[in-house]
Amino acid sequence: MKIPILRLGRILLVSIQDDLTDNDAMQFQSDLVERVAEIEALGVAIDITALDVVDSYMARVINDTACMVGLLGAEVVICGVQPFVAMTLIEMGRDLLGANCAFNLEQGLEILNRRIATRGDIHIDEDEDD
Amino acid sequence: MTEAFASELIPIRTPTDIVTARRAARTLCERLGFGKADQTRLATAVSELTRNVIQYAGEGSCQISDTSDARYRRIRVLVEDHGPGIPDTTLALTDGYSTSGGLGAGLPGTRRLVDDFGIESMPGLTRITIALQKPL
Repeated sequence: MKIPILRLGRILLVSIQDDLTDNDAMQFQSDLVERVAEIEALGVAIDITALDVVDSYMARVINDTACMVGLLGAEVVICGVQPFVAMTLIEMGRDLLGANCAFNLEQGLEILNRRIATRGDIHIDEDEDD
Repeated sequence: MTEAFASELIPIRTPTDIVTARRAARTLCERLGFGKADQTRLATAVSELTRNVIQYAGEGSCQISDTSDARYRRIRVLVEDHGPGIPDTTLALTDGYSTSGGLGAGLPGTRRLVDDFGIESMPGLTRITIALQKPL
C-alpha cells in the first residue's frame, strides 16, 4: 500500500489513513525522505488522526522519519495523535514519541509556516501572500 | 483455563498477521463493552507481543479469548511461539532492557498496559498470557 504524499508549495502533507503493516511503514519512511530531498521541502506535516493503534514500532518509525526529515533541513510536525493513543504510548514508555505535535492538520500547518518564517533563511516563492 | 464463549486463534507468520491480531483484539474488546482506552491498550499490547514472535521466533500463534464469568468481563490473550525462548524472564521484564537494540517498549511496557501478565519461557516454548478485565 502506498501512502499519498501531497505537495502544497514547499510543504508536504502526509495523512496516514490505514493501519500500516511494518513493511508499509518502512516504505512510507523512505518515500517521504526521498520526496523531501527531491523538492527540498521546508516543512512536513504527518497526520495520524486515523491511526487508532500506534505501537512502539510505529512510534519509532514516525520518530525516526521526523528526525531524518529534520536532518535534511525541513521542519516537521505530527498532527492528530488520538487521546487513547497518547495515553497508551505514555503508559508504555515515556520517550516513545518525541516529535513536535499539533492537534490537527490546520494547526500543524500554522506551526510549520511560523517556524519556516522565523528561520528567515529561505523564502517561499509559491506563497507570496503571507 | 476455562473455555471461552468465543475464541479466535490467529497464526503469526508474517508482519501482516500482527495487524490481523491487533484488529481481532480490538474487535472483541469493543464487542464486550470495553471503552476506547482499553481497546487501544489491548490492541497495542497484542501488537507488541506478536511482533516479538516475528522478531525472535519467526512464527507462532495468538489466541484471543473471551473468558468472562459471572463477575468480570475478561479478555485473555495467549501468545505462543517455539523460538529460542527468553533466557532470563526477570531481566526481560526490567525497564530499559532490550536484546534487539530496539527502541521498543518491550515486555515491561506491554505489562503496564494490561491487568494481568504471565510469562513462561524455555528453549522451544514461550507462552505469554495477558488479560484485560472489568467488573460487570
